[in-house]
Amino acid sequence: MPQVTLTVNGKSHTVDVEGRTLLVELLREKLRLTGTHVGCDTSQCGACVVHMGGDSVKACTILAVQCEGAEIATIEGLAAADGTLHPMQEAFREYHALQCGFCTPGMVMSAIDLVKKHPSGLSEQEIRDGLEGNICRCTGYHNIVKAIAAAAEVMNGKRSELARAAE
Amino acid sequence: MYDFEYHKPSSIADAVKLLAADPEAKAISGGMTLLPALKHRLNKPSYVVDLSGIAELQGVRKEGGNIVIGALTRHYEIATHPQILAAIPALARMASTIGDTQVRNRGTLGGSMANNDPAADYPAAALALGATIITDRRSIPADAFFLGMFTTALEPDELVTAVSFPVPEKAGYAKMRNPASRYSMTGVFVAKGPSGVRVGVNGAGPCAFRQQEMEAALTANWSPDAVAKVKQAPDELNSDIHGSAEYRASLVTVMARRAVADAG
Amino acid sequence: MNVTIPFEGIGASVRRKEDLRFLTGRGQYTDDLNRPGQLHAWVLRSPHAHARIERIDTAAAAAMPGVQAIYTGQDLAAAGLGGVPCGWQVTGKGGKVMAEPAHPVLALGKVRHVGDPVALVVAETRSQARDAAEAILVDYAPLAAATTIEAAIAPGAAALHDEAPGNICFDWEIGDAAATDAAFARAHKVVRFDTTNNRLVPNAMEPRAALGEYDPNSGEHTLWTTSQNPHVIRLLMGAFVLKVPEHKLRVVAPDVGGGFGSKIYHYAEEALVTWSAAQLKRPVKWTAERTESFISDAHGRDHVTHAELALDEEGRFLGLRVSTLANMGAYLSTFAPAVPTYLSATLLAGVYTTPAIHGQVKAVFTSTVPVDAYRGAGRPETTYLLERLVDVAAREMGMDRTEIRRKNFIRPDQFPYQTPVALQYDSGDYEATLRVALEAADFAGFEARRTEARARGKLRGIGISTYLEACGIAPSKLVGQLGARAGLYEVANIRVHPTGSVSVFTGTHSHGQGHETTFAQLVTEKLGVPFDQVEIVHGDTGKIPFGMGTYGSRSLAVGGTAMVKAMDKIIAKGKKIAAHLMEAAVEDIEFSDGQFRVAGTDRSKAFAEISMAAYVPHDYPIEELEPGLEETAFYDPKNFTFPGGCHICEVEIDPDTGEVAVVNFTACDDVGRVINPMIVEGQIQGGLAQGIGQALIEHTVYDGDGQLLSASFNDYAMPRAKDLPSFQVSTSTTLCTHNPLGVKGCGEVGAIGSPPAVINAVVDALRDHGVTHVEMPATPAKIWSIIHQGRGGADLPAAAE
Repeated sequence: MPQVTLTVNGKSHTVDVEGRTLLVELLREKLRLTGTHVGCDTSQCGACVVHMGGDSVKACTILAVQCEGAEIATIEGLAAADGTLHPMQEAFREYHALQCGFCTPGMVMSAIDLVKKHPSGLSEQEIRDGLEGNICRCTGYHNIVKAIAAAAEVMNGKRSELARAAE
Repeated sequence: MYDFEYHKPSSIADAVKLLAADPEAKAISGGMTLLPALKHRLNKPSYVVDLSGIAELQGVRKEGGNIVIGALTRHYEIATHPQILAAIPALARMASTIGDTQVRNRGTLGGSMANNDPAADYPAAALALGATIITDRRSIPADAFFLGMFTTALEPDELVTAVSFPVPEKAGYAKMRNPASRYSMTGVFVAKGPSGVRVGVNGAGPCAFRQQEMEAALTANWSPDAVAKVKQAPDELNSDIHGSAEYRASLVTVMARRAVADAG
Repeated sequence: MNVTIPFEGIGASVRRKEDLRFLTGRGQYTDDLNRPGQLHAWVLRSPHAHARIERIDTAAAAAMPGVQAIYTGQDLAAAGLGGVPCGWQVTGKGGKVMAEPAHPVLALGKVRHVGDPVALVVAETRSQARDAAEAILVDYAPLAAATTIEAAIAPGAAALHDEAPGNICFDWEIGDAAATDAAFARAHKVVRFDTTNNRLVPNAMEPRAALGEYDPNSGEHTLWTTSQNPHVIRLLMGAFVLKVPEHKLRVVAPDVGGGFGSKIYHYAEEALVTWSAAQLKRPVKWTAERTESFISDAHGRDHVTHAELALDEEGRFLGLRVSTLANMGAYLSTFAPAVPTYLSATLLAGVYTTPAIHGQVKAVFTSTVPVDAYRGAGRPETTYLLERLVDVAAREMGMDRTEIRRKNFIRPDQFPYQTPVALQYDSGDYEATLRVALEAADFAGFEARRTEARARGKLRGIGISTYLEACGIAPSKLVGQLGARAGLYEVANIRVHPTGSVSVFTGTHSHGQGHETTFAQLVTEKLGVPFDQVEIVHGDTGKIPFGMGTYGSRSLAVGGTAMVKAMDKIIAKGKKIAAHLMEAAVEDIEFSDGQFRVAGTDRSKAFAEISMAAYVPHDYPIEELEPGLEETAFYDPKNFTFPGGCHICEVEIDPDTGEVAVVNFTACDDVGRVINPMIVEGQIQGGLAQGIGQALIEHTVYDGDGQLLSASFNDYAMPRAKDLPSFQVSTSTTLCTHNPLGVKGCGEVGAIGSPPAVINAVVDALRDHGVTHVEMPATPAKIWSIIHQGRGGADLPAAAE
C-alpha cells in the first residue's frame, strides 16, 4: 500500500493510502480534519478548497499520493493558536457571509488565495470573478463579497479593523 | 474510482516506458480532467503515471521568434509569466479565464493539449497561433495535432513535452462560458503572425477547428467588422441542452468579432 | 467604570453564535461523524426510467472483498418493513381520495425512475461497497416511460402504478366555479396565459447522508441524518417503515448544510442504514455523491398551468380561472400532494381583490424523481403565474404596470381580508412596499437608463412583482381538514438553570437560518438573560420533547411563539417565587429587564436569584409550588402568516449572445417584526439568488427515455457570484396580528417574489422584438433564439430545451 508524507497545518503526517485515495479523503478520513467538505463530484462546488504550497486547490481533485512532501493548509489551521481568527474568518462572521456553513471553509480558503494574488486591492467584480470555483446556495454571495472586500483591506494593511460600523 | 498503481517517474524516458508497458495506463499532470473522469469510473487504468516529477517538462523560454512553454506549466503560471505577458499577452489573458482559480493553480498546458476536450481553451489558441506541439519523439504542427473529440495525433505512450508558440504581431481571445460547467460554450482565438492570419474556434464543435473564411476576411481587413459578416455554418457543431448548433454558429461570429477587438 | 452592554435583544443585528464552529472547520455535519466499527453503504440505483425487475443476482457481489451484506426489496418485504409514507392526503373532485401507490424502500417488482433504489450493499469501505454494487446483476425488462406530464396523461400512456389509471394521482378544485363563470360572462376583457414553472433541483451544498447505529443492550436505534425535521423522520420511519416505537428510536439532525425543502422528507436511505445497522450490529453510513443527489433528492416545481383573468373596463380583476397539471414524479414524497393544492392554489388571490376564483389541479405520476416542496413550495408557482399574468393584462389593457396593480390591491383597511380561495389575510400594506421599492429602484429614472444601455448595444428592461405568500405553517385543525396527516404546531422547552443561564430545546431545526442566534435574542429580550447565557438546542429527538421541524418559514412564527409561551410560564412561576421571597402579593409583581419588582416599591429580585431559589428551595412556597424552573409549551398557530412585498429587477440583455445580466435588484419585503435585521437580509438575499437562478439558468432536463440530462453541476446551472449583483434589500413592516411577536417569516420570500420580477424585466427588455412572454429559465440560448430566430421559449427545438 502506498504511503504519503505531507505537512498539514504545520504538522507532518505519514499516512497509508490507496493509489486512488483523494487528498480530501486523506484529510477527512485519515486525519479526521472534517472541516474540508465534499459538495460535488465534478470539481465545481469548491467546498473542498485547501491550500497546497500556498495556492488554493480542490482537494477532491488531487490524489493523496500527489501530495508527497506538500505543505497543505486547511480551514482548521487558519486561526492562531490562541483562537484569534484570521481576518478572513473574522470578516465572514462580521458580514454574515455564511448561513449553513457548508461551503464556508472552501469559500474562506479561496478568498484568502484571491486576496493574496491581488496585493494591490480587489474590485467587487474581481471578487465575483475570483469566486468562480465556489458555489454557495444560501447567501446569494452578497455578504461574501462584502466580507472579502473588507478582509482584503485588512490583509493588505489598508484598514485596521473589520467592524461593519467602520464603513 | 477504481484503484490503480501509482508511479512517479523522474524522466521522460521512464514515463514513456511505463505508458508503453500497459495500454490501460494513464498519464497525469494536473489531473483536472482525468480525476473527475476516474471518479465517475469512466476509466479503469492499471497505472497512473504522475509526470509532475519530470524536470524536463518544466519551464518557459524564448527561442528565436517562439515562446516555448513546458508541458507541466500551470495555467496560472501562463497567465502571470512576464515573458508570456510581454510576447503573447492574449495567451496569458486566455489562460487567466480557464476554469477557476483552483483549476488554474493545478491544470497544465500539456495536459489540456493532450486531452483535447472540445470545450478546452488552449486548442483554439494553438491553432490560431500556429503552435508546434513538441513530444518526446517528434514535433507536430497544431494543424495536424487535434484530430477529433478527445483525440489527438499522440501515440498512446507519447508525451507532450512542450508547446512552441510563434510570437504573433497581434492576437486576441473571446469566449462565452457554458452557464453550468463554465467551460467554453464557444471561444475564438484570432492571431496575425508569421504564418498569416489564423482563427481558432473551441467549444462550438466536437473538436477545435480553424475558421478559414474568417481568416480570409481578416487577411483582407483586420477589423472586427470584417468578421462580423462571416457566418459559421452550423453543420457538425455541437447541440445540447445549453444551446443549439445554430446558436453556437452565431456565437462563433460574435466571439470572433470580440476577439479581434481584444487583439486591437 | 462605564461598561457598555451591547443591545442583543429584538431588533439587533447580533453576530451569529453558530459562526465560530463553521469558520474554524469544527461544524459537525452528518458525514463528519464516524462511529466505532462503522460500515459503509452504497445504494444500487435503477438505470431505467421504468422497467420490470426480472431477476437480481447478488452472488458474485456478495463474495467481493469487504462485503458484509446485500439487501434487495424482497429482503425488506420478508422482514416486514413498510413503504415510505406520504404525509398528506388530498381529496379531489367528488370526494375522490388521491391514488396513493406503495413506495417501497427498495424497488419491488418494478423500478419507476432513474435513481430508484434497487439494492443496498454494506461493506467495510465505501469503495468496496461501490465495487460490489457494480457486480450485482439485475435483469430489467424496460417498459415505456413517460417523463413529462403531457406524455403521462396522453391516451394509451403506460401506467406507472396499477393504483393510478392514466397516471392521475388526483383531480382537485378550489373556489366557486359558478361565480367565476358569472364574472367572466360580464368581463370587458379576458386575458389568457399559459406557462410551465420549470422543474428545479434544490442542491443544498451538503449532499444527503445518513448514519445508523443500533445498541443491542438497550434495543435503541440511532439515526444521524441530514434532516430539517428529525422528529418527523422518527415518526414516519419508526411508525410506518421500521415499526420501531419512539422510545427506541433516536433521530439526530446535527449541523445540516442547507435544505431548502429537500431535507424535509423521509428518504429510503434513512431507513436502510437504520435497519441494516441493527441487522449487522454495526453502524452503517451512507453519503450521497452529488450525481446521486440529482437522481434521488426530491425535485421542485414542474407545474404546467393555463390561466384566464377577467377584467372590467377600468382594469379591475373580476375573476380568475386557473388549471394546473402538477408533476408528482414517480412516487408521492412526504408533502408532495399539498404543494400544488393547499400551498399554491390557495394563494390565487395574491395581493388583489379578485372576487371570484376557481382553481383546478390535476396531479400526475411520471417516471421521474419525486417532486416535492422546494423553497417557497407552491407559492413561487402561483406568484409567478399571477405576476406574469398581471403584466400581460396590463399590456393588453394598455395600462401602466404599477397602475393595474394599485387598482386591484387589497387596501390596508380591508384586513382581515377573506379571499375566495380559503385564506384570510391578517395584515399587509402592499402600496407601502411598492412605493418603497419603486423609489429605491429609481423606477422613475428607468427610461434614461434604457436609452443609455441601448447606446451600448444592450437591451435593458425593468420588471415588478408585488406578491404575498402564506407561511408560518400551520393551524393544525385547518391543515387536518385539508389532508395533513400530522399537526403542524411547534414545541419549546425552556430550562432555566440554577444560576440563571438558559437552555432552549426547540422542535425547529436550523440549517443556515441562524436560530441559535435569533432565538437567543428572544430569550435575552424577554427574560433579560445575557445573550451569551442562552443556548439553543435543536435537532435531537433524544433531547427535545417533540417538534415538527423547519420549513414553510415557520420557525420563528410558530417555534418562536412556542418559546414565548414557555417563557410566559417561566415568568408566571418566577413571579410566584418572587412574591414569596419579597412577601408581596403575586399580582403586585412586575417583571422587566430581568428583574422581578414589587410594583410601586424599590424592592426587586434578579432573575438569577429567582432561578437559584427555584432549585435551592430553602425559602420557597413549597406547599403550593414545585421546585425547579423549566417549562414546555406547544403552540398551534391560529392562522398562516402572510409576508409580502415588492421586488423590482432590472436586466440588460446582450442581443448577440442572449445573456441576461441582472444589473439591479431591489426588494422591499414585509416579513413582520424583524428580530435580527442582518439575518433577515441574509435570508432574503439567499432567496433572491435562488429565484433569479430559477428565472434565468436553473433547468432540469430529462430526455425521452427518462435519463436526467442535467444530472451534475456540469449541466445544471446555478448562480455563481459573478451572475448576481449586490442586492438592495429593505423591509417595511406590518405586524402579524395573531402571534405575540408579530412575526411573519422571511426564509422564502426572496425565492417567491423574484422570478416574475426577473421575467417581467426580460420581457420588457425584449418589447421591441414583439415578445410577450419568455418561459423560465431565460437562458442565453433561449433569448438568442427569440431575438434571432423569432422563436418563443416554447418553440425551441427539443435539443435546446
